[in-house]
Amino acid sequence: MTSFATRVLVVDDEPAIRRLLRGSLARAGHEVIEAGDARAALAALAIDKPDLVLLDLGLPDRDGLELIPLVKAAGAALLIVSARDATDEKVAALDLGADDYVTKPFDTEEVHARIRVALRSRLSRVAEEPVVQVGPITVDLAARRVLRDGAEVHLTPKEYGFLAQLCRHPGRVVSHAALLRAVWGAGHEHDVEYLRVAVRGVRRKLEEGDVESSMIRNEPGVGYRLITG
Amino acid sequence: MTPARPDPDALLRLAEQERSGRLKVFLGAAPGVGKTCEMLDDALGQARAGVDVVVGVVETHGRVETEARLRPLPVLPRKEVAHRGHTLLEMDIDAILERRPSLVLVDELAHANAPGSRHDKRWQDVEEILAAGIDVWSTLNIQHLESLNDVVASFTHVRVRETVPDRLLDRAEIEVVDTPPDELIERLRAGKVYVPQEAARALHHFFSRSNLSALRELVLRRAAQAVDAQMLDAVRAQALAGTWATADRVLVAVGSHDAASDVVRAGRRLADALRAPWTAVHIETPGERGAQANARLAEAMHLATQLGGQVLAMPASGVVDGLAQAAADTRATLLVVGAPRPRRFAWQRRLTVDTLARRLPDLALQQVPVVHRAVPARLPTPVPDWRRLAAGLVPALGATALVTALGRLLFAAAPITNVALLYFLPVMLAATRYGLATGVLTGLAASLAYNFFFIPPTGTFTIEDPQNIITVLVLVAVAAVSSQLAARLRQQALLAGASARTSAALAGFARLLTGVTTAEELGRVLCAEAARLLDAHAVLLLPTDGKLVVAAAFPPQDRLEVLDMAAAQWAFDRAQPAGRGSGTLTASEWLFTPLAAGGAPLAVLGLARGDAAAPVRSDRLPLLGSLVDQAGLALERIRLEHDMAGVRQLEERDRLRAALLSSISHDLRTPLTAVVGTLRELVPANEDQVPILATARAEADRLQRFIANLLDMVRIEAGAIALRTEAVDLAEAVASAVHDLRRTLGTRAVTMDIAPDLPLVMVDPRLFHHCLINLIENAARHGGEEGAITLAAQRRPDGLDLRVLDEGPGLPPGMAVRIFELFTRVEGSDRKGGTGLGLAIVKGFARAMGLDVSAANRGDRAGACFTVHFSEHHLRKISPE
Repeated sequence: MTSFATRVLVVDDEPAIRRLLRGSLARAGHEVIEAGDARAALAALAIDKPDLVLLDLGLPDRDGLELIPLVKAAGAALLIVSARDATDEKVAALDLGADDYVTKPFDTEEVHARIRVALRSRLSRVAEEPVVQVGPITVDLAARRVLRDGAEVHLTPKEYGFLAQLCRHPGRVVSHAALLRAVWGAGHEHDVEYLRVAVRGVRRKLEEGDVESSMIRNEPGVGYRLITG
Repeated sequence: MTPARPDPDALLRLAEQERSGRLKVFLGAAPGVGKTCEMLDDALGQARAGVDVVVGVVETHGRVETEARLRPLPVLPRKEVAHRGHTLLEMDIDAILERRPSLVLVDELAHANAPGSRHDKRWQDVEEILAAGIDVWSTLNIQHLESLNDVVASFTHVRVRETVPDRLLDRAEIEVVDTPPDELIERLRAGKVYVPQEAARALHHFFSRSNLSALRELVLRRAAQAVDAQMLDAVRAQALAGTWATADRVLVAVGSHDAASDVVRAGRRLADALRAPWTAVHIETPGERGAQANARLAEAMHLATQLGGQVLAMPASGVVDGLAQAAADTRATLLVVGAPRPRRFAWQRRLTVDTLARRLPDLALQQVPVVHRAVPARLPTPVPDWRRLAAGLVPALGATALVTALGRLLFAAAPITNVALLYFLPVMLAATRYGLATGVLTGLAASLAYNFFFIPPTGTFTIEDPQNIITVLVLVAVAAVSSQLAARLRQQALLAGASARTSAALAGFARLLTGVTTAEELGRVLCAEAARLLDAHAVLLLPTDGKLVVAAAFPPQDRLEVLDMAAAQWAFDRAQPAGRGSGTLTASEWLFTPLAAGGAPLAVLGLARGDAAAPVRSDRLPLLGSLVDQAGLALERIRLEHDMAGVRQLEERDRLRAALLSSISHDLRTPLTAVVGTLRELVPANEDQVPILATARAEADRLQRFIANLLDMVRIEAGAIALRTEAVDLAEAVASAVHDLRRTLGTRAVTMDIAPDLPLVMVDPRLFHHCLINLIENAARHGGEEGAITLAAQRRPDGLDLRVLDEGPGLPPGMAVRIFELFTRVEGSDRKGGTGLGLAIVKGFARAMGLDVSAANRGDRAGACFTVHFSEHHLRKISPE
């Protein structure tokens, strides 16, 4: 994918997890730096300038959430490693600017996939792709058009807004609040039922199969994700 | 009262404010209440009245109503401040100082200035303008006040960074701009409230009805507090004796007449209507009260404490003096008196009320109509006690006789008229020691003796010289006046002594009570003090398991007669005194008085004397009342402290449990993540290792699920589930669960039969996800090697059912209910896996969300059917956008 080696900073207080990730990431061609606490992480952030940070929020010396703005300010992509039930923590991390999250105990393949997406979107941020292609569906963000097998499909403005918002972050989870804010406006961040209605409409008009194979994946309690391939 | 002297610190504060400009703050509960508009309206009024008003800075936020108000006022141009390539417009403080208006309007006191400005905060600018002697009007929302920032954040969950120190508000004149919450929410909906884009999400939550009500209350309280502090400064500085009207304070004058309790009730109703604190005062004037009057007074004062008033006994020589003093002491704004009883003459009727109105012109006077049940023909005068009168007359007449004998001796030596003066001695003696009646009688006796023995012709009661008639009359008059004076002095001294003794006793008792921490200890203290102060045996009964039990007694005793217990129980149940001297169940030797706080009886105090007399003398009843009230409050405090300790213990336990849970969860998961991750990374070195590695991976996955379940179960058992309910689409929720289980399900067929137009369900998405995972996993485990799983949702008349169907052997008879119990596994099943936790978790989570789950066998074929039932109130109908 990229011609140069990406540098990944792994922040976790457990040596076993760091060892596991180091081996796995190194095999995938990444350069890996490790940090066991927030202090070491901040030092590494300044000195090594990583492209991506894998951050476990449960750190011994500081709340991991506090590091998020600092990582974003340093210009690195950020993946959160979070416990299974910590839905609120995930939402808070996303709101603070994290790109995505993986759930502990994680699957290393899942970690690789998320890293790929995060790095890709970090690069594409410079020149935003105006056309997104998912299977038979084409979303033309510049022309505000949606085609299915080449034929234009009419979506309501909210349905289109919802889909466009997901297409701007392909492969990444977008939180309920972020979607609602972008499409319905401030003051509707808690009206999740609007999203449910919109996603039903999009699926009905663009897809045939069951919900499980939909290109729009539901992340319970967190948000939606556009599955790009 | 201590002599009133100006407080130098307060003078200094006032002097400082005199020199500098005055600050007025328009204080509001939330954005959008209309502070800026209010300020502009008032400022326009000032400008029209000729005051030099300029606008330093006012944010219109594009609102038409604000812009229209701003137009007639001169606005100073703002200063450009460059910041990171942007140009920001800030208030130009130098322009204001140079222009020197008398009043400058500075909107949003809490505003943080752009970096590079002179001061970081706008309130610092305002301080500088004030110091230059220019008046400033500004606006502020309560959550920006430093001391309340935390409080507001604690219930709104919105914390603002810009805060204004309290000292600014303390020196400011405050105008509260108030809009009822409903109206404000309406204005917000109508888009009339400016909400910054980035704060919109927080503000949405912020503008809830309950938040706004709480904020509004904070504003009003804080404003009242600031005004009170400023008034205190003024009072201290001027040391004026007078009454200042701020918030209302009600003073209720309580007499000892039969309608005293009615006056107390009426006073309390008025105080409630004004939302004002109130004090019931009784003026202790010289003179004796009858036993009935004492009892009525005690009852009225007791009632006042029960109704939440303060009580005060003010010794004074007259009712009007006493009320004036009490009004000044309590800073009362309203005096409540009972309407006087009908008098024969108009001048009598008007006397007290008119005098009060003249003496206390600042005080509002409220007469409340009361019904005097018995109208006495005249003022109740103390009934003379004949025995005491006789006991006084003997020495007084003896002294008169002695003086007569002495006078005779002197008169024999030299005939002098001054001998009459000698008779003052016995008259004064009788008047001062034995009271008015004895004094007057002695005076009469003395004049008769003087007439008989000294006035010619001696030996008769006839008077020859008219000059001597005057002497006799003066003697009687002087006797009457001096005895009256002496008697009053004596009564005042008695009163002061008794009042001081009572106060000292009560203060001592209060001190003793503060150290008490258990009900038993309180009982011991109360009984010992009551026995000492009231000269009686005392016993305290506390309710234990619904029955009264002797908790303490002085002198010690541990049980009461059946009759006495009945009286005690009656007193406790009715919260009224019972037993001897109370009028109820008088056959008991004891007088039982309930200890109550907030109306609910907490204990009963019993008092008795060895002789057959009433347990408590009538003049001690007020003392008993005070003792009982104080003990009741102390008992309530002890109970609350006890409850609080229990709550704290529970909180501590919950905190520990939560900490333990999160630590266990972390400690178990971390190594497991490493194990599972490592196993996935491993590549088999040869063919033999393939099945070994597969087994290791499967077992590690199982362990992972098991631990997740175990932690969920602990959470359910600990009651540590916090719900976050939102609208969930069943089809999506089921798809997510199937997706997460894909690896476990392998190639097994999963059919979803969920109509796309079903209502959404209101559940916690996370808990519901785990319910579905466990149900689907259970179906996979017990549904046969290749049996398909069906997930079907169906609308019912009473809601909606989601069913999970498998194609296994189904449930053995009688298992339908037991299957949800912890560690229940299906008997006779040899299939591996299953910890007996999964379904218990389903049941636990479902119950937490208010859902029903049930199990049955399928009707159409072999297999089990698990049903999650959503009742109508869980459903959210979809309305088109």
